[in-house]
Amino acid sequence: MADKSDISLWEQLRRHKLAYYYILPSAIVMGLITAFPIIYQIWMAFTNFNITNLRNPHPQFVGLANFIKIFTNQVPLENFNFWRTFGFNVVWTFANVFLHVTIGISLAVALNTPRLALKKFYRTLLVIPWAVPSYISALIWRNMFDVDFGAVNQILSSILGHAVKIPWLTSPNAPIKILSFLSYAFYADLITNVWLGFPFMMVVATGALQSIPHEIYEAAEIDGVNERGKFFKITLPLIRSAMLPAIMLGIVWTFNQFNVIYLVSGGGPLGTTEILVTQAYKIVNPGGLYGVASAFGLIVFFILLGITLITNRITRATESHI
Amino acid sequence: MKRHIIERLKHLYIHAYIILWIVIAIFPVIWIVSMSLNPIDVLHPTTLQIIPKNATLSAYIKVLTRPYEAYPVSFGKLLFNSLFVAGGTALLSVALASTAAYAFSRFKFPGREIGLLGFIVTQMLPATATLAPLFVILTLLHIRNTLYGLIVAYASGSVPFAIWNLKGYFDTVPKELEEAALVDGCDRNQAFLKIILPLSFPAIAVTFLFGFMNGWMEWMLAWTFLTKPENFTLAMTLYNMQGQWNTPWSQFAAFSIIISLPVMIVWYLLQRYIVSGLTLGAVKG
Repeated sequence: MADKSDISLWEQLRRHKLAYYYILPSAIVMGLITAFPIIYQIWMAFTNFNITNLRNPHPQFVGLANFIKIFTNQVPLENFNFWRTFGFNVVWTFANVFLHVTIGISLAVALNTPRLALKKFYRTLLVIPWAVPSYISALIWRNMFDVDFGAVNQILSSILGHAVKIPWLTSPNAPIKILSFLSYAFYADLITNVWLGFPFMMVVATGALQSIPHEIYEAAEIDGVNERGKFFKITLPLIRSAMLPAIMLGIVWTFNQFNVIYLVSGGGPLGTTEILVTQAYKIVNPGGLYGVASAFGLIVFFILLGITLITNRITRATESHI
Repeated sequence: MKRHIIERLKHLYIHAYIILWIVIAIFPVIWIVSMSLNPIDVLHPTTLQIIPKNATLSAYIKVLTRPYEAYPVSFGKLLFNSLFVAGGTALLSVALASTAAYAFSRFKFPGREIGLLGFIVTQMLPATATLAPLFVILTLLHIRNTLYGLIVAYASGSVPFAIWNLKGYFDTVPKELEEAALVDGCDRNQAFLKIILPLSFPAIAVTFLFGFMNGWMEWMLAWTFLTKPENFTLAMTLYNMQGQWNTPWSQFAAFSIIISLPVMIVWYLLQRYIVSGLTLGAVKG
């Protein structure tokens, strides 16, 4: 735009009149339904907006009180603990994305084996978890984690030969003692979300693998490189640039995975599996604390912005190494 | 010969690994099918058979005749509500997004970069983070408890993605086609309506279906905004079934299958576009 600096802004706007005509309808509606709520949210975040204000929208200005309440865990809701929720959210995201990526790549590599039969058929079946609407999958998994009659405990019982009664969704205790902050419900949520998410990484990795010419592997074979060497020296470096955007997307998705957490464990027991987006929902429904919820939403927004900037930087940094 | 045997063994091992994951991938689906055919409303199929003893379609008949236990709302009404909301969302997003995407694709104008960046930023906000202001604004406008309010709320989430998706496709349509039309005496609007839109039909169809599927499956905003059972959608009703103290499991399973089957069919048809759309957005975003 530097070369246009001698033209006045008004002149520029006039020249591009047609462009604005095209944008106008969506800009007006977007302004009303996206931008205005965000501005309204910023205002609400500094007020004590609650249920009574739905009829009389003149709440009191309370300054930073909502933010202070959130950061000091003073929000009047059961098991509200911002810092535990945030920490759990980070652990949850990395555990999931790590498993998605490793399982996805392992299956993609397996499906990329030359002369393997039934590849197409396998691929079609393996993407089923992605095709099922996620909220329905989450509800099904909740049923399967039932302590007495759920499929998971039944199958474990028949494999091990004795009755298995893992309290997947009811016990706040941790099955692995060192990871004392991760209750059984975390593993139930994790299994559900790994099931939901591995097909996406598999499909992306498959696409990336297909772009690697097979001659490279043949040349490596002649040079006496073993399977391990081929994977770490050829496959991984060559699919990395295609995987990174998918991993970034996976991080944001998992960080905000409302359906799995809310429908499988409900954030419980005792708030041990709460993540930020499920907490945000509970502040509105049933909480009715619209002012606090607005402040909470803004905090979530800035956390996400931070994550995006960090992952973007890591992506760029690793790209320059290739 | 020896090499051949080694490859065979390797393939056997790979088949076993893949089949293990296929079993994991399809087990919940088999479980739900089995549950839906079960004659008794129990929490689980009594044995691990795909088709249980005395298999019956009565659960399907039950949910199709009286899907919502506590209130006499018909399946047809719920289906109509879901179609209305999903169709309305899809139509509104395509109508709004196609013109904006055209401008972003073809014109350089002040505010273009900020506009595109703004769309990405709004994409990043999860629905629950903006729930409070949406709830309040729609309440104050007296449309919160209606299907129209829901369409507006859904469109606010799907328009940014629709713009990205369509802009990506418009970028691939050669500019020369429009320039030729402009030389022949078309104006910009005619070029857009008669050349770009028909040529972009596949992208518009895909964008429409994305919006449709989102509206069809969403339950969280609907559950928060709507209180009258005659406005309920299929997705809400399914969620409500699980929320009851005594969940009718066979009916729940049958209902899940009825709702997700169309989505799965559309998903398999659109698979290619879903993958490319997501990775495109991710690379550019």
